[in-house]
Amino acid sequence: MNILSLLVIIPLATLLLLLLGKGQKYVRGVVVGGFGLLLLSAVILAVLFLHERAVSDAAMLFVADTLWYAPLNIHYAVGVDGISVVMILLSAVVGFTGVFSAWNMNRDFFAWYCLLAIGVFGYFISLDLFTMFMFYEVALIPMFLLIGVWGTGKKEYAAMKLTLMLMAGSALLLTGILGIYFISGGTTMNIMELSQLHIPMTHQYWIFCLVFIGFGVLGALFPFHTWSPDGHASAPTSVSMLHAGVLMKLGGYGCFRVAIFLMPEAAHELSWIFLILTGIGVVYGAYGAVLQTDLKYINAYSSVSHCGLVLFAILMLNHTAMTGAVLQMLSHGLMTALFFSLIGVIYSRTHTRDIREMGGLMRIMPFASVCYVIAGFASLGLPGLSGFVAEMTVFVGSFEHADMFHRVLTVLATTSIVITAVYILRTVGKVLYGPVVNSDHLKLDDAHWYEKISAVALIACIVIIGVWPSGVQGIIYDSLAPVMKQLTLF
Amino acid sequence: MVTMEHYLIVSSIMFFVGVYGFITRKNLLAVLISIELILNSVEINFCVFNRFLYPEHMEGMFFSLFGIAISAAETAVAIAIIINVYRIANNIDVRHIDKMKY
Amino acid sequence: MGFTVFIILIPLVMFLLLSFGSKWLRPRAAGVIGTLGMTIPALLSYYTAYRYFLADAYVWPVWGPINTFSMEWLRFSDNLSIEMGVMLDSISIMMLVVVTTVSLMVHIYSLGYMKGERGFQRYYALLSLFSFSMLGLVVATNIFQMYIFWELVGASSYLLIGFYYTRPEAVAASKKAFIVTRFADLGFLIGILILSYYTGTFDFNKIMDVEADLAVTTMAGSSFLGLSAATWAMALIFMGAAGKSAMFPLHIWLPDAMEGPTPVSALIHAATMVVAGVYLIARMFPVYLFAAPDVLTLITYVGLFTALFAALIAITQTDIKRVLAFSTISQIAYMMVALGVSGYGGDFGEGYTYSMFHLFTHAFFKALLFLGAGAVIHTIHSNEMEVMGGLRKYMPITHITFLIACLSISGIPPFSGFFSKDGILSAALRYEPFVFGVLLFTAGLTAFYMFRLYFRIFWGVDRQYEKPPHEAPKSMTIPLIVLAVLTCVTGFIPFSFYVSPDIRPYEVYIHWPVALSSIVVGGIGIFIAMWFYRKASDRPAHLAAKLSGFWKAAYHRFYIDDVWMFITKKIIFRGISGPVAWFDRHVVDGTMNVLGTGTLKTSEAIKGSQTGRVQTYAVVFVLSVMVITVLVLVL
Repeated sequence: MNILSLLVIIPLATLLLLLLGKGQKYVRGVVVGGFGLLLLSAVILAVLFLHERAVSDAAMLFVADTLWYAPLNIHYAVGVDGISVVMILLSAVVGFTGVFSAWNMNRDFFAWYCLLAIGVFGYFISLDLFTMFMFYEVALIPMFLLIGVWGTGKKEYAAMKLTLMLMAGSALLLTGILGIYFISGGTTMNIMELSQLHIPMTHQYWIFCLVFIGFGVLGALFPFHTWSPDGHASAPTSVSMLHAGVLMKLGGYGCFRVAIFLMPEAAHELSWIFLILTGIGVVYGAYGAVLQTDLKYINAYSSVSHCGLVLFAILMLNHTAMTGAVLQMLSHGLMTALFFSLIGVIYSRTHTRDIREMGGLMRIMPFASVCYVIAGFASLGLPGLSGFVAEMTVFVGSFEHADMFHRVLTVLATTSIVITAVYILRTVGKVLYGPVVNSDHLKLDDAHWYEKISAVALIACIVIIGVWPSGVQGIIYDSLAPVMKQLTLF
Repeated sequence: MVTMEHYLIVSSIMFFVGVYGFITRKNLLAVLISIELILNSVEINFCVFNRFLYPEHMEGMFFSLFGIAISAAETAVAIAIIINVYRIANNIDVRHIDKMKY
Repeated sequence: MGFTVFIILIPLVMFLLLSFGSKWLRPRAAGVIGTLGMTIPALLSYYTAYRYFLADAYVWPVWGPINTFSMEWLRFSDNLSIEMGVMLDSISIMMLVVVTTVSLMVHIYSLGYMKGERGFQRYYALLSLFSFSMLGLVVATNIFQMYIFWELVGASSYLLIGFYYTRPEAVAASKKAFIVTRFADLGFLIGILILSYYTGTFDFNKIMDVEADLAVTTMAGSSFLGLSAATWAMALIFMGAAGKSAMFPLHIWLPDAMEGPTPVSALIHAATMVVAGVYLIARMFPVYLFAAPDVLTLITYVGLFTALFAALIAITQTDIKRVLAFSTISQIAYMMVALGVSGYGGDFGEGYTYSMFHLFTHAFFKALLFLGAGAVIHTIHSNEMEVMGGLRKYMPITHITFLIACLSISGIPPFSGFFSKDGILSAALRYEPFVFGVLLFTAGLTAFYMFRLYFRIFWGVDRQYEKPPHEAPKSMTIPLIVLAVLTCVTGFIPFSFYVSPDIRPYEVYIHWPVALSSIVVGGIGIFIAMWFYRKASDRPAHLAAKLSGFWKAAYHRFYIDDVWMFITKKIIFRGISGPVAWFDRHVVDGTMNVLGTGTLKTSEAIKGSQTGRVQTYAVVFVLSVMVITVLVLVL
């Protein structure tokens, strides 16, 4: 059996096992086992990939293909390149740590959580447009229930808004995918095969827009990002982690894998429109975060800014910047998951996320606070942590662009790093430092062991990427070569 | 001589009487009776067309028999529903039976 | 000299050890381990200096750079990559010596000063982190490595200023320091991007390979908004340097940074991190000189203004650490001016040499001043001059060492400050008499405010203290003595022999007319201070009353902080952020909500047409059939 299918089968098996038993202990055991196994297989996949990469120069490795709907040539086609492997690792890490952040949740929660994981992993391994789309939908639907049922605050509203906006994106996407299929001749849905076919320029224009916006909605493309603040604020901790950490990456990954890869000419022609939008998003998200008072809103706007940078870099259509985009996805996924997990730790104790009602938590919960400061530093791009590597690769790559327009835009995007420092330090200063605002907080305890596991694992990944970036950067850089070839053909 | 047109005039009158009854009657039983009228007018047409246009075939007759059987079954079901509605609503006035709508 | 990499790595190991071991280590043990850990890099630095300048001297007569270690850290593209390495040349070795020495002194001093503080282990861990970052900065082989460590020193400075994190002032100060320097670093980053775009490299040696036709001269051709790309790049890099080195108008963070523990102020905000800007300009000096001479002029005048401006403010401050902070700003501005007025080749490079020399001497005497002030604060428990006076009787060692430092900064021979300042003044005179005049006047002001400080602490009113002040413990006086000795002797190092812009040694002599004028001006400053402050009198109050407008403005630091507060609070927060947040919630999100509620409303409006009555449907059905039939028949 193909190792990639294992990534879908493990969460599926976990889901089925969950349905068999009930007690809290059983549920925890199954979920930790399942996601631990998933993480393990992701790591093994990465090792095997590196091994295989050394001897093979095919674009996609571990390829498998089974026809499952002949009339539309829909296959279950899987295969990975370096970028998918990196994304799979990210998903496995965030999924695994998310389990610990959701330690006290019940069986039904974890059942939906597993379904979400099936969608995410299936999406990253798929090479078939339709199968990819199907997994994409599988990842979206559980979100509605996870937020709507287990969320806080205006959860029904947020869940509804999130689902409807993402579904609207999916509608565009489905049209785009069918457009690609029929206009390219209606012979294949396989991305690698499609990339060999030529889509006429007149059609590329509209299909590119549909697909880019469709995926862009999930990647928090300005102005379609507003599901993000409400959705993240209402979602339970681990769902926020998985959503901001992994699901938003589905958007960026799709933009690059489908929109850019299959329609390179349109990408060249139209990139300026979307560059302006994403450039706005980068700065706008940062400014939007400055005056927020809810910890999760701050982080949600920060995600808009950081994910804007992902799309921004992808649209630069140059090798370094695209590498930076993938690095930024990875880095943002890790640090935003860390942020949400820590916000969960704080919120579960103080029962408030309003930064005006908190203060001096450093003395009360030192472990969580120190982790929060580290997450903050990663977010504002301190060297030695992953954020710096990603941002610098993006900026250096974008600035290598020959057009003055792109360089000026890059300079504007760099200003976001100052604003990021402003809102991060404002939050840290208000919530963690200073005198204790609420004397009831003095009785609170620090993070529990399961919350510590979650934080430490994420910090370890952030630091590893930050200190030794060339490993992961090399994998991504090499994997982008086919895309660059595709782009330079025109 | 009774020609085909005579039959058709009668069945048309029956049909429109049925349609009129279906639209205007308030009582569910009356509505049901109107539906029977419509059905029967159509069955007359089947027989007439068969008899006058294709006397060597029997499909029209058979079809009418089918229709009669089905309308009988349908009437039985409809009356069962109406009785149940009456039990729940104490009323079989169509204007008042809109619980399922809003 | 491969061992040099350990100079950087040992503090890193110390940082990891102390931060992970803080739970198991007792405070005292952490302090001693940290201090011992710092001793090794210090000794290694001295040995490196000995090898480079004296023993090997194999690069003679040119002090060329040697890369003793290099490793690819991150590859951006085929030609751009970040290396992590160790580059040794005159100025980086000079900085290694300065940083490790001052850091070691501060480590020892803190054993006494920070005794019993909560978070002692954290303090030493952060000191190690800072030392690591600063050492990594000075040995950078390429501009991106420098930027990386530049950010790291900023972060460790942030953490150390905010060491007393429960005090709101400290939190605000640390935030301000980080954000202001971050803003400046944005310029630095963009400068690097422009530079690398045109030269295709980050490497210092490649960027300014003078023999092989300076790579940046290729930039001169392309221009943007009327200025050449090189000018843009170098001006933006100067912006980064100005932020770190607290040049006007980015100086506002430094006085506030005094909220941190005093030894930290001595190490970071006087001797090492704040001169990183000067070091950066010196590192890139050939590029400035050959590709962007306009920027050097800018540096000169920004520095000149800052020197005078900060000296004027320093006169009126009453918090002793703030006086020292403004004095630091003023002295660093001196170094900047010296770089700005410098030329190239032979003794035209005097400005450059003496800028570095002043950096070197200033580090020791300013650290000494801060540590001395720390000793006073330690026993008085206040920063305010008002509650001090007559301390010379209680703290003899502190008094003498402080006096030496004051004489040195005032430019009185034979202390080190005299030699370095003299060189800067003569370079300025060679450049333009106006610059010289302003610097000379600033020198007088410096002597005045330093001795104002000195007299008000150690002379002035003979106060009766509730608890008699006592001399600092040994761990604190030993660093004072060591630094005082260094202040006395470092002036005699023949700096021009080792440090020059064209890396070739040259001879300089003391320019006696300049030297005499500076001594006289310094003497006048000291004399006036003595006349005002030696004994308790109402003379200072009279003077302040006469100049009340100026005095008040200077006391409030010429309201620059208020301008910045206005920019951040009113413009960025209220003017941009508020509207953006509002726009997002109401316009962007509002549109989405309108789409949602619009759908609901429409459905609400038209759902009545589905009555749920079959009869209505039948009417519509029959009528429609009739209409269609009529239409079909008629048409």
